[in-house]
Amino acid sequence: MTATMTELESIVAAKVVDARGAACPGPLLEAKKGMPGVPIGSVIEIWSSDPVTKTDISAWSGKVGHEFLGVLEADGYDRVLVRRAK
Amino acid sequence: MSDTLSIVLFSGTEDKLHAAATLAVGAVAMDRPVNILLMYWALDAFRADRITKDHGLAYDAARPRFNEPVERVGEIPWLETFRQAKEIGEVTVLACSGSLEVLGIDVSSLDPLVDSSGGIATFLVAAEGGQILFI
Repeated sequence: MTATMTELESIVAAKVVDARGAACPGPLLEAKKGMPGVPIGSVIEIWSSDPVTKTDISAWSGKVGHEFLGVLEADGYDRVLVRRAK
Repeated sequence: MSDTLSIVLFSGTEDKLHAAATLAVGAVAMDRPVNILLMYWALDAFRADRITKDHGLAYDAARPRFNEPVERVGEIPWLETFRQAKEIGEVTVLACSGSLEVLGIDVSSLDPLVDSSGGIATFLVAAEGGQILFI
């Protein structure tokens, strides 16, 4: 279930990964590497200037079993939010 | 069916090595084991004394086309992507013994990314039940 915009904006991520400037597969790799540092049930936030990242991370989350929460648009980059499920 | 991704990496140009590295790292990001078989020009590109040198672009790049490849193609760090893939997941790199012989390359002269040399049966057994790509 995707969260609403207000719900998304109120989330405080346990970890923020700044992958701005990196193109695919960079942000995906950073998400994969950053996940072990996030407590189960907490949220990881990936910053990316590559517009493809949100769909990529969404697909990846589904495949590996984490909860893709949604995307917040910042100035020139996306903030992609995923909850660690396992 | 196994979720192993096995790549027969035959080509040795920057663009194709980049494509292979991207597939490998995408697969390990999904916890899929990856096997890579290095043949011919990929094998040559993985020589320790050549691996960081420019390997050029595939013939396709020289043909008339609508768009110019972005200048940064040569800067795409396919080697770094392979190293990262190996660091975070299960990536086995096998140097094809047949190609080693044809090109007169000794397995010891290859970059440490290469795990060992082996024959075709070794690779096909490791690849069994999963997906195989030829690049």
